[in-house]
Amino acid sequence: MTAPQESRTAPGRTDDAAAAASWPLWEVFVRPRRGLAHVHVGSLHAADAATALHHARDLYTRRQEGVSIWVVPSAQITASSPDEKDAFFDPAADKIYRHPTFYQVPEGVPHL
Amino acid sequence: MYGNDFGVSDEPPGSDGLLQQVEAAEADLRAAADRTLSGSEGSYFDRVIAVDQRIEPRDEMPEGYRRTLIRQIAQHAHSEIIGMQPEANWITRAPSLKRKAILLAKVQDEAGHGLYLYSAAETLGVSREELVDRLLSGKQKYSSIFNYPTLTWADVGAIGWLVDGAAIVNQVALCRCSYGPYARAMIRICKEESFHQRQGFEILWVLSRGTPAQKQMAQDAVNRWWYPSLAMFGPPDSESTHSAQSMAWKIKRFSNDELRQKFVDMCVPQAEALGLTLPDPDLRWNEERGSYDFTPPDYRELMRVISGDGPCNRQRMEHRRRAHEEGAWVRAAAAAYAAKQRQRQRERERVAA
Amino acid sequence: MTGTAPVTTTFEEVLGLGDDALIAAQRLSEWCARAPEMEEDIALANIALDQLGAARLLLTYAGELEGAGRDEDALAYLRDDREFRNVLLVELPNGDFAVTMAKLLFLAACQVHRYRALAEGPDERLAGIAAKAVKECTYHLEHAALWTVRLGDGTEESHARMQRAVDEIWPYTHELCEPVVDPDPRPPFGLAAPGHAGAARSDAATAASGDGAVRPTRADPQLRAAWLATVEPVLAEATLTIPPDGAYLPRGGRQGLHTEHLSYLLAEMQVLHRAHPGARW
Repeated sequence: MTAPQESRTAPGRTDDAAAAASWPLWEVFVRPRRGLAHVHVGSLHAADAATALHHARDLYTRRQEGVSIWVVPSAQITASSPDEKDAFFDPAADKIYRHPTFYQVPEGVPHL
Repeated sequence: MYGNDFGVSDEPPGSDGLLQQVEAAEADLRAAADRTLSGSEGSYFDRVIAVDQRIEPRDEMPEGYRRTLIRQIAQHAHSEIIGMQPEANWITRAPSLKRKAILLAKVQDEAGHGLYLYSAAETLGVSREELVDRLLSGKQKYSSIFNYPTLTWADVGAIGWLVDGAAIVNQVALCRCSYGPYARAMIRICKEESFHQRQGFEILWVLSRGTPAQKQMAQDAVNRWWYPSLAMFGPPDSESTHSAQSMAWKIKRFSNDELRQKFVDMCVPQAEALGLTLPDPDLRWNEERGSYDFTPPDYRELMRVISGDGPCNRQRMEHRRRAHEEGAWVRAAAAAYAAKQRQRQRERERVAA
Repeated sequence: MTGTAPVTTTFEEVLGLGDDALIAAQRLSEWCARAPEMEEDIALANIALDQLGAARLLLTYAGELEGAGRDEDALAYLRDDREFRNVLLVELPNGDFAVTMAKLLFLAACQVHRYRALAEGPDERLAGIAAKAVKECTYHLEHAALWTVRLGDGTEESHARMQRAVDEIWPYTHELCEPVVDPDPRPPFGLAAPGHAGAARSDAATAASGDGAVRPTRADPQLRAAWLATVEPVLAEATLTIPPDGAYLPRGGRQGLHTEHLSYLLAEMQVLHRAHPGARW
């Protein structure tokens, strides 16, 4: 989802908003010691995969809860509709509330 | 990392009850997943709420619900992050290596809790960067309790016992919140935080059985933190503006006064166990109500502190702003490196092709 | 490997390693609630906690070896500056994030090799402590390396800061690689005993400076080589230049001759404990 960033070699402070945008969201999956499957435990921000994995170890296995960790950029996750079984709702394509990294706050929405 | 060395004290009375409630909430969460929605009347959202099931990130939800949750979860996250400051204040001066280790772990936990909560808020379609922006610009708040100073080591104990205690009473209730990611984050946080409360209790336990100077330090800290802790539950129900809608949406499960009363009833026997007095001459058991009568905190002071005039508001915000600004070049460097790596990868692929 | 050779571990050796970890932990904990990003706050606190854990085990063992009834807290809180045996590098102020990472990179790279050797040494108690510490320090090294590379190869500003940090801390790395217990203790500053002043010792490695004169470094050559083999690739990947080994070789920590920074650090660390003599916490 994030557009390719150009190399930043300009001196001085880089635009913080742009820098922050380059610390994308990653979803973290941990396989507990005696479990069989990876479980989604949450998310974090990191600039690249190695750092994401490194931070995930700190944040989600501080109490040695997990053995294997997967980190996936949130933008790479394709999610199915939550209510496939139920015929009463709009098709997934029309859903307003999609995964956060695709979400753009429309103009005019008052600050929360 | 370090053991729960509880050789010297009993656990605070009633603390097991809280953990059990958290586990019950977790079990209910799983059971809720199996419940089917009834009938075909009303929106998906209404039907999910009606059977106490959980709303998930991609579900349809009223705009007000989404916005209320974003504000509440974000402010909760901000509280965890700002809350690190009053306690981090004593890490370098902790009076024993064991206490230093425990405090370091606790503050680390708080940072982690903040991140879990930002995570949950982000599922509602807002970025962490925006939320941090709102905190730093003062548009979003954090718990007023962290605008008080930690003047002595005993304050660290008082924060653990009273502030974390109050937070847990509030958070246990939130384990049953209708929004899935928030409820799950709460369950995770509560399990970790019950440990914090016990550690605070233990600090005061040792102090109250120590030298006269230590005992006085402990009593003084409790005298200063009691009423602000009561104020953590917010204004009285009669003056609480958002409550009704939050209750209907099952974001808020109990009223401010109900939770405050629960907290008082929990603390009184704990204070007795500690051998410390609570600074309320009118605190007494009411047989009829089956609860303790107590003097309410000064809500005007609460409002003053919330609006920015507490002892440490300016300091806490300045500290956070400075940390954020001073870290900008580091964040920029990480982003720049990642961009360079992507560029190099593309070049490698081009060459290989 | 363990158990057969006589154990010759000394109080000074264990104390030195324990003090390194304790003072390193103290400096790292100063970053709590002010790290460049929240994830980093957790990481630094985690590293501080690891180092503190190792310090506690080492100080406890040191106290036992001394046999004077001093426990970890007595050693941490009741010794004066001149009795601390940490290397100078760990007591230097945190500076900016680049300086902190340079210090951590250099320290962890040394600790990994030291602890690895001790984990296979004849002292079972020390081997146990070291085995755990190796795993932790490997993680610390990885963390510092990750950041050194990103700062070195990031923006112009981060590169400049990281290079400055490496240049500033590099002279302190020689002491880091010296034997913890000096096999040939020399008098403190200004007192050159006859036969020692300026002379290269036959069994010490020497570092050549630009003008061709030979300066003594007392680093253990094997440890220094191993340390360089760990550190140099990281600096290279980070596009940083390695400073030349010059004449400035600050040392003295193992003999209790510290920088002026330690006194302030200890004053803060010890003040509350000392204000209540004999109290339990």
